[in-house]
Amino acid sequence: MSMTMTPPAPAPTPARPSIRRSSAGPWRSAKSAIASTLIVGSLVVAIVPLVLIVGYVIVRGIDSISWAFLTDDIPILSRSEGPGMGPAVVGTLLITGAATVMAVPLGVLGGIYLNEYSARTALGRVVRFLAEVMTGVPSIVMGLFIYSIWVLRFGVSGFAGALALGCLMLPVVIRTTEEMLKLVAPELRESAYALGGRKAGTILRVVLPAAAPGIVSGALLAVARAAGETAPLLFTILTVNATNTNLFHGPNTTLSVQIFRNAQQVFPGPQQRAWGAALTLIAIVFIFTLLSRGLSAVFSRKHRV
Amino acid sequence: MAIHSELLPASPEHLGDSRPPGRGVDRAFRLLAFAGGILVLVILALIAYSTISKAWPAFRDEGIDYFTSDVWDPAHAAFGTLAFSFGTLVISVIALVISVPVSIGIALFITEVSPRWLRRPVVTLIDLLAAVPSVVYGLWGLLVLVPALPGFYQDWHDLFADVPVLGSVFDGNPIAGKAFMTAGLILAVMITPIITAVTRETFATVPQAQKDAALAMGATRWEMIRAAVFPHSRSGMTAAILIGLGRAMGETIAVALVIGSSPQITEKLFSSGDALPSVIVNQFGESTGTYQAALIGMGVVLFFLTLMIGVIARTVLARSERKLGAA
Repeated sequence: MSMTMTPPAPAPTPARPSIRRSSAGPWRSAKSAIASTLIVGSLVVAIVPLVLIVGYVIVRGIDSISWAFLTDDIPILSRSEGPGMGPAVVGTLLITGAATVMAVPLGVLGGIYLNEYSARTALGRVVRFLAEVMTGVPSIVMGLFIYSIWVLRFGVSGFAGALALGCLMLPVVIRTTEEMLKLVAPELRESAYALGGRKAGTILRVVLPAAAPGIVSGALLAVARAAGETAPLLFTILTVNATNTNLFHGPNTTLSVQIFRNAQQVFPGPQQRAWGAALTLIAIVFIFTLLSRGLSAVFSRKHRV
Repeated sequence: MAIHSELLPASPEHLGDSRPPGRGVDRAFRLLAFAGGILVLVILALIAYSTISKAWPAFRDEGIDYFTSDVWDPAHAAFGTLAFSFGTLVISVIALVISVPVSIGIALFITEVSPRWLRRPVVTLIDLLAAVPSVVYGLWGLLVLVPALPGFYQDWHDLFADVPVLGSVFDGNPIAGKAFMTAGLILAVMITPIITAVTRETFATVPQAQKDAALAMGATRWEMIRAAVFPHSRSGMTAAILIGLGRAMGETIAVALVIGSSPQITEKLFSSGDALPSVIVNQFGESTGTYQAALIGMGVVLFFLTLMIGVIARTVLARSERKLGAA
């Protein structure tokens, strides 16, 4: 205790124990201060690479961005300079979009199954557990899976890539949907039943709309992750230099695949295109991520009863 | 919430089990939801079946050598994957050694140190770290980090040159920036958000009463963390580390760009190597027959390793949650 003695006063005030942290003694306070510094330091250690990477991508990529860059074909001769990532922009939107169209409805259904139909059954527990485990399956494995089961039979296509991305998104959407449905007050369901609602109608018209912002937020996050994936696409869609809008036929390409291919070239032209593609991709992914966080903020405010 | 008029019963006989309209819809919807849930099981089973059957020729031809031999020579049909498993292990361990303390620090910052208004922005920043695509980490690693590292590796090597074990661990060919260590560094940044997220959720479940009790006994903040937060969160932190390990092992693209693609088993962290997923992406395009089967086989190995780690991690996590629920 490092309490200073005050000279005797006319009315002796009872010595109050100090609740300030410094009352712990110099060595213990110092240890706590060191720990606090390390804790703040670890945050800095994590933010430095984020700033460096995003900073580099913006600085190196901004010169590439132009209307021509976003719409022109990719140069046939990979070492040549100048724009063109149009096919990759179209491919990213088409393939991620197709994956979303498949994975989100199925994932929402799966989440409904877990929370509304089998919250306590053994099968429900197994599905919930495996959905969580499935979120940890490496994306390259999904690529090999779709290659083995689809590409070897039907050939490469944007759709094959979308299948691989869809498999990655599915467990994420299932888990978020379940979590969001859990937040919907049971009274809401009971009121709907009291009014004579059937289970399907209650879920579709009452429960699901109440949870919608949270589910959309989770889905947006899954879309952001999928849009940046590369490994599952490399041998399911291959690559092209001209825009291929046919999702079901012929090779396709995405921004992520183009970054991977161009980054490994030693010439300045393709490296420049890689930085430009990286900036475009990061912009798409960050917009979806921030939209998702904004929505989830609104949702959690609404449910903080 | 607007209750639609369709939900209102038209007449009293619609009550009870004999409600005719909508019964079919109810059943159909139930079935549809069931299908959505069961799809997870179907996909996992299909992954196992289809990849194992395509990899079978390699497993059959190589036998146990597939796992225990370090000779990878597609031209002479020798497919031993030990060097790649070794590389995956080494870079995952480097990543965890760096990332775990940092992640625990960030989680402590968010739950114990940060003022309330700062929490959400910090969580958003860490989320953005997770949102940066793997290939962008790889691009930055290859074009910015790799050229910058040799000098740093050289200094590091000189510093430890005379220390017995560290002298040979911090060694290799520091001229090239592509190395086990480079891949480990990039991975460390990439798995920090996921370890932070799981750890943070665990820390958030520490009862406020226990923290208050520690502080009331005169504990400093650090003593409170050691006395109340850590003991309570041991299984949560274990699960977080396992989930991070699973991510590190499966991470493909960033590693493929910075690890140097030369299979070797060495204790020298500054030398180039290779890892299971990066071999798959770098060699798949040129492969056929047994060669391709051997590459798909590495996918099988990765699938079952990450599945096992995931099962252990989720079991540990579920058990700790149950314990909390009972308390």
